[in-house]
Amino acid sequence: MHELREDPLPAAPPPPQPRGRAIVVTSGKGGVGKTTTTANVGIALAATGARVVLVDADVGLRNLDIVLGLEARVRHHVLDVLEGNADLDDALVSDKRVPTLKLLAASQTREKDDVDTAAFRGLIERLRERCDYVLIDCPAGIEKGFQNAIVGADEAIVVCTPEVSAVRDADRVVGLLGDRLSIRLIVNRLRPALVRRGKMLSVEDVNAILRLPLLGIIADEPGVIVSTNKGEPISLDAGSQTGEAYRKIARRITGSDTSVPEAPREASFFDKLFGGQR
Amino acid sequence: MLDFFKRFFNPEPSSVTARERLRLVLLSDHLALAPDVVESLKHDLIAVISKYVDVDAANCDVTFEQQDRQVAMLANIPILGMKPAAKKPPEPPPLPEPPRIDPAPVSAAVAEPESEPVVVPEPAAPPKPRRRRRRRAAVSAAAHG
Repeated sequence: MHELREDPLPAAPPPPQPRGRAIVVTSGKGGVGKTTTTANVGIALAATGARVVLVDADVGLRNLDIVLGLEARVRHHVLDVLEGNADLDDALVSDKRVPTLKLLAASQTREKDDVDTAAFRGLIERLRERCDYVLIDCPAGIEKGFQNAIVGADEAIVVCTPEVSAVRDADRVVGLLGDRLSIRLIVNRLRPALVRRGKMLSVEDVNAILRLPLLGIIADEPGVIVSTNKGEPISLDAGSQTGEAYRKIARRITGSDTSVPEAPREASFFDKLFGGQR
Repeated sequence: MLDFFKRFFNPEPSSVTARERLRLVLLSDHLALAPDVVESLKHDLIAVISKYVDVDAANCDVTFEQQDRQVAMLANIPILGMKPAAKKPPEPPPLPEPPRIDPAPVSAAVAEPESEPVVVPEPAAPPKPRRRRRRRAAVSAAAHG
């Protein structure tokens, strides 16, 4: 049913190495869920015991901290480190819920053009030396902020929703990422009931155009909104189907899960009636 | 009335519309993103047309435009004058470039400084876009469309 023409996991991930993997989460279009994806995948990766640093590259519009619920603990940001006004270790905020997770927040009062591309690449290099995974939350657009975000990464996760605008922009971004980065796709905000009724592009429709190895499929469900309201990413919720989808994505990244991503099941009548998140 | 029944009994799901619109917009995006391809297509096009008429090669313009249900190639090729033997196609094309005959110098009747854009329907197999993966996508899209 949901078989795709391309192998979902083309290459086995590299074996554990002294240098961590740097993965940029990008999309082109804004508002498709890059930050939510970075937060949830980051938490799920760290929950496997891996050392993870999340870097918010959206200088001027920082949001990763608030989605993670760490906004009150940010003291220093990316540009403080790049300009030598703060130690890298002081700027990394640890997450008490998942001890191996750290956040490097973006600067809210500065602009993307203030970030020197070579210096940013150097920062990502330094982070890779001290952790297993660096996840970079890329800003929307394809300008300097995007270029900075991808420069230190050698893997990319493209987040795309089943909408014509998002697919078109994702297609453009895939072209810009080029052959240097290995790219995988997360289809976000899928509504299986709409797909069944022919009112929404399916994962197959999206990937017939993007032709990327599929890393995961995330449902459009109220739980994600509720969890973001609270600053408790849904991948922390052991009972949530969407949380499990994020945890599977994390396991596909580490290489411990080689299953083909499946579309989320439709919410049943009883789910809707008693689906209890507030 | 018939239209109403058609729509009632066999409504086209909006996802089909979305797929079709995406196919077209990406085809034209990719063509626009591959200037080298457009450039070589323009070159070949001019070479073919030059067999029959003298064209103003420096002022030719080839663009792709998305129209209602298809992507159209718009070629604006100013014609300077007719070639003497334009009636019948040339026999085996001479290997070296045939000597260019100057356009009729005074005869205003022959010279056409401005030409109408020639609308050529989208070819079955679009010209090779820059990336190989893209080409596959574009070709299959055109083939199924």
